[in-house]
Amino acid sequence: MNQDEQTQIAKVIEKIDRVRQTRRQKFHLRDEKITLSHGSGGKATHNLIESVFAPAFSNPMLERMDDSATFELSGLGSGSRLAFTTDSYVVSPLFFPGGDIGKLAVHGTVNDLAMAGAQPLYLSAGFILEEGFAIADLRRIAASMAAAAKEAGVSIVTGDTKVVQRGKGDGVYINTAGIGVVKASWPIGQLQARPGDKVLLSGSVGDHGIAIMLAREALDIEAEIQSDTAPLHELVATLLAAAGSSVHCLKDPTRGGVATALNEIALASEVSIALDQNAIPVRPEVRGACELLGLDPLTIANEGKLLALVAPEKAEAALAALRSHPFGRDATIIGDVRAEPIGMVFLRTDIGGTRVLDMLVGDPLPRIC
Amino acid sequence: MKYVDEYRDEELIRNLSGEIARLSGGQPLKIMEVCGGHTHTIYKHGIEDVLPSNIDMVHGPGCPVCVLPMGRIDDAIAIAHTEGVIFTTFGDMMRVPGSKGSLLDARAAGADVRFVYSPLDALKLARQNPDKQVVFFAIGFETTAPSTALTLLRAQAEGIKNFLIFCNHVTIIPAIKAILDSPDMRLDGFLGPGHVSMVIGLRPYTFIARNYHKPVVIAGFEPLDIVESVYQVVKQLHEGRIEVENQYSRVVRPEGNRQALAAMARTMELRPFFEWRGLGFITHSALKLRPEFADWDAEVRFAVPGLRVADPKACQCGEVLKGVIKPWECKVFGTACTPETPIGTCMVSSEGACAAYYNYGRFSMAAGRTQLPVLNLKAEGGAP
Repeated sequence: MNQDEQTQIAKVIEKIDRVRQTRRQKFHLRDEKITLSHGSGGKATHNLIESVFAPAFSNPMLERMDDSATFELSGLGSGSRLAFTTDSYVVSPLFFPGGDIGKLAVHGTVNDLAMAGAQPLYLSAGFILEEGFAIADLRRIAASMAAAAKEAGVSIVTGDTKVVQRGKGDGVYINTAGIGVVKASWPIGQLQARPGDKVLLSGSVGDHGIAIMLAREALDIEAEIQSDTAPLHELVATLLAAAGSSVHCLKDPTRGGVATALNEIALASEVSIALDQNAIPVRPEVRGACELLGLDPLTIANEGKLLALVAPEKAEAALAALRSHPFGRDATIIGDVRAEPIGMVFLRTDIGGTRVLDMLVGDPLPRIC
Repeated sequence: MKYVDEYRDEELIRNLSGEIARLSGGQPLKIMEVCGGHTHTIYKHGIEDVLPSNIDMVHGPGCPVCVLPMGRIDDAIAIAHTEGVIFTTFGDMMRVPGSKGSLLDARAAGADVRFVYSPLDALKLARQNPDKQVVFFAIGFETTAPSTALTLLRAQAEGIKNFLIFCNHVTIIPAIKAILDSPDMRLDGFLGPGHVSMVIGLRPYTFIARNYHKPVVIAGFEPLDIVESVYQVVKQLHEGRIEVENQYSRVVRPEGNRQALAAMARTMELRPFFEWRGLGFITHSALKLRPEFADWDAEVRFAVPGLRVADPKACQCGEVLKGVIKPWECKVFGTACTPETPIGTCMVSSEGACAAYYNYGRFSMAAGRTQLPVLNLKAEGGAP
């Protein structure tokens, strides 16, 4: 190697280090107004949370930034921990193939609890209704929520209703909060990934996001794609029974998709994650729609899938457990956790190349859930 | 998936790459892919990993979002803020920064900006909102210009007068010529843009082979298309031939698409000159609506600032677009300029070379190819 090449490579390495440092810096909000990107679940959402809410509400439980907060309550008796979470639903359209806003509002919150390893127990439901909204539609939504809650074994035990003037809302927005009991005696969360862990995915990706997109009728694409919305706590219970404390981290890849979820884990746990693109299941219809629209299925939302990071010695047992449950039938091992480079996710591409898989930037599709 | 999987066959691609290595004999070759769609494919699939290391892909000016100067974005935002206007645009353009923010910022500030997938969607909006002026932000090369032209002809036929076009269509050949005439040009061959060629055919490229003695291969957009096209360029050089070849013959016909060209000719004419981001003013490089379509021309109907805005000083998009520097060599790449806070256009569109480098992380392999862990999941038995 001659001197020119050496200088050149030194320059590249210096540049990479600077870029990596910038990537790892705390998120920084430069915007002056809320744009739809701030709701994407990707980088802009993180910037907003880290710059506005995290400093305002700062406490150790919040700072873990997991899907649910978990804590012990003195007076409840020792041993079990509670999990507590909340989520709002603004999906458009309200009814779509495979589900509706009500079903989503139950499943989304149940799943956030499940990702803490919790058995979901009670939900609250807050409704913001727009003047003029059809009561018949509200009945349909309520019936759908009730059915979803029954299926998931949770009760909706408290609620609230507000109405805003016509034009100040979009039909109905729903907020649900939920509590559940954590049985696991070991910590499960996005801080817990370790080098060597295998990355398990419970099934095909992108179904929910693409189903919503096609339901909006703006695109003349006809395909039979249904939202995958489903309650995942039983799948989690099956997994935990089979692999126990080898399960380090659980996450449902909703907004921002698998790419964003794994980047969050890589950043939080200070590890690197390597994936094999060919191992990631994508339905042909979803893949076709993504090819046409220039979208990456790995950044598209799911509502009935989970990612599990499991110690390698229990990975096969965990995989078998997932596959034994209807919601995990198509589960696969899609990659593994490595020590370096910290905070980055890599993909071995379909043709054998390598690329970085980053978080979602911008929003291909606002109001997905 | 049919028509896709057969063009992503790892073994076929590796074999072709071996042939490229054999024919080029390790000689360093710089090959420019003109089209942003190619740049995107190269990074999305990690094609540089499978090409021999002596082949250097240089990213050309063929990303329509990237070449639009800031002044035109400012004009678009001014139109979007006009009372009674619904401003429609392709999603890519939403985040491109003008001198005072992007269309996304304009929307947050109250402008009615919507994204559409085709000009026909904008025309539909015009039919549905007869009391509004619906403006379509027309951008792109000869690939998208025909659909703008046909939509305009339909608006004319239906007598829809509240549909307007803000025309920013550009033509690829003058830009390629500007690069060939640039003193710092060091290229050995070109991959020609497949979709543009579907419209314009092969003849417009012959001057590159004849006058500049560089091989051109019109390329498709799947990984195998790109690698096969590189192979064809290298084979020409190896055999001492210099010509225009068509790798994308399943889509591109030598004569192009006459109907599309006719629709463009009926509705649009060449501008005397047009500013390209980073490349400066290039004569006869862009299209505007013909005077007989003035009723549908947003530039005629609205008073736009029309100011030339200098690119931010730190931005080196121009040098990136000409292939003089690699994206990571830009002073602000990945630090001040990132996809979430872009300074230059190349960092915005998924077809932009900088965004591709950043998102797909290829900057770390720009020299030495040693910085990223080589992923060999299969060999390790990690993934099934």
